[in-house]
Amino acid sequence: MKYIDEFRDRRVCENLATEISKIGHGRDISLMEVCGTHTMSIYRYGIKKFLLPNIRLLSGPGCPVCVTPNGEIDKAIAFARKSEVIITTFGDMLKVPGSTSTLAVEKSRGSDVRIVYSAVDCLKIAEENPDKTVVFLGIGFETTAPTVAATIKDAKDRMLKNYFVLCYHKLIPPVIKAVLESGEVLVDGFILPGHVSVITGTEVYEFIARDYRKACVVTGFEPVDILQSIFMLVKQVKTNSPVVENQYTRSVKKEGNLRAKCLMDTVFEPVDCEWRGLGNIPMSGLKIRDEYSVLDANTIQVDIEPLRENPECICGEVLRGVKTPLDCSLFRIECLPENPKGPCMISSEGTCAAYYKYGK
Amino acid sequence: MCLAVPMKLIEKKGKIGVAEISGVKREVRLDFFPEAEIGDYIIIHAGFAIQKLDEKDAEETLLLFKEMLGGVDDE
Ligand code: SF4
Repeated sequence: MKYIDEFRDRRVCENLATEISKIGHGRDISLMEVCGTHTMSIYRYGIKKFLLPNIRLLSGPGCPVCVTPNGEIDKAIAFARKSEVIITTFGDMLKVPGSTSTLAVEKSRGSDVRIVYSAVDCLKIAEENPDKTVVFLGIGFETTAPTVAATIKDAKDRMLKNYFVLCYHKLIPPVIKAVLESGEVLVDGFILPGHVSVITGTEVYEFIARDYRKACVVTGFEPVDILQSIFMLVKQVKTNSPVVENQYTRSVKKEGNLRAKCLMDTVFEPVDCEWRGLGNIPMSGLKIRDEYSVLDANTIQVDIEPLRENPECICGEVLRGVKTPLDCSLFRIECLPENPKGPCMISSEGTCAAYYKYGK
Repeated sequence: MCLAVPMKLIEKKGKIGVAEISGVKREVRLDFFPEAEIGDYIIIHAGFAIQKLDEKDAEETLLLFKEMLGGVDDE
C-alpha cells in the first residue's frame, strides 16, 4: 500500500537503529510513548529489539478505553439498562468492566447496545428509531472529539430529538502535564501522538520543552517513523536542547486542523475530569456547552450503581508508567484477553494486551 | 483508537466522499477537509477525513531514507 509499505522498510529501520546506537550509548534515556496506537506499533514491529538496552520506552496514558474510569462506564451501563435506550459506542468499549458489569454483559441480558464505526452512524439509528432514545458513549481524544462534535451540530440542525451524547472525551496536553507534575516517572522525552496532533497542531506541546525541558517529537505510526523519532529524541536529549519537533510532517501541520478545532470549540468546553489511575486532572476533559445541552446525556437522570474498583488490577499504575503488566499478579494467570480483568487487557491498544500478544 | 489510515478519495459530492484502500470502499465525511480532491490520499478517522497526506512531504522523507541507504537511484 502506497505510503505505508515504504515506512515499514526493514533496511531503513536497521539503518536508523545504527544511527541511534552511535549517539545513544551511555546513561539511561527514558522515552514515553503517550499514545496507545504507538504502544501497539512498538510491540508489533519489535522496536525495542532495535534499541540499546539503555534506551527505555515507557507506555503512557494515551489509550482512551483504558483511561475511562469505572464511574463513566457505570453511567453508560445505567443507560443501557433502560428499556427505551439504544446505547451506541465504539467496539473496544463493550468489554470494559465498570463496577460490576460491562456493556457486553448488559447486551447479553437484552439491552440494546450497538457498535458503531463512526458517530455519524448514530444519527441514522436515531432517525430509524424515533420512539427510542439513542445515547452515544463518546470517548476518545482530540482525534475523535471533532467527529462527535459534528454529529451534535448535525443533530441540532436537523432538530433530531432522540440523539444524546454521553461525553467523556479527554485531552492529551493536560494529561502529559499531570504525568510531569506527579514526578513519579523519570522521562527524558515524549513520543507525541500523531493523529491527535493532526487536529491540535504542534504548538500545544511547547510547554513540555519550554517549562519541563523534555524532548518532544510528534511521531507517525509505522516502524520507520518511530525509529526516526527516537533518533530525533535521543539527539535532543544528548545535546540538551529540548524543542518540539515534527517527524510526521506528511500528516501533521503546525496549525493542526483549524476547522476541526473550531467545531470542537463551538460544541465543547474544557472541564476538570477524572482519569483511571491518574485521578482528577484540571481542564482535561470536554463537556457539551450549554447551547447544545439538549443533546447532553448528562442532563438525563439515571440510577448509577455504587462505585467499586478491582483491587488487584494495577491498570492505574501501568497507565502512569510506574509499573508494567509483569508487576501484576493477575497478568497471564487470571487476566487474559479472553477473560480480561481490566481495561489495559481489553483494549486492542492497551499495554497489558500488547505485552500479552507480543511477548516479554 | 486514534488509528487513522490514508485512503484514496475516489468520489466526492459536497461534504460526502468515497475513499478506497486495497479494494475496500468507505463513505467519508469531508467537513474538516473540504478541499480534498479526487485522487488525494486522505487520512480518515472514525468516518471523517481529518487531513490530506502531503505527498510531496512523504516523498522528501523517503528520499532522505534512500540517501541514508547510500543509493539515490531513480530521482
Ligand atoms: S494484567 Fe489485567 S488485571 Fe493486571 S493490570 Fe493489566 S488489565 Fe489489570
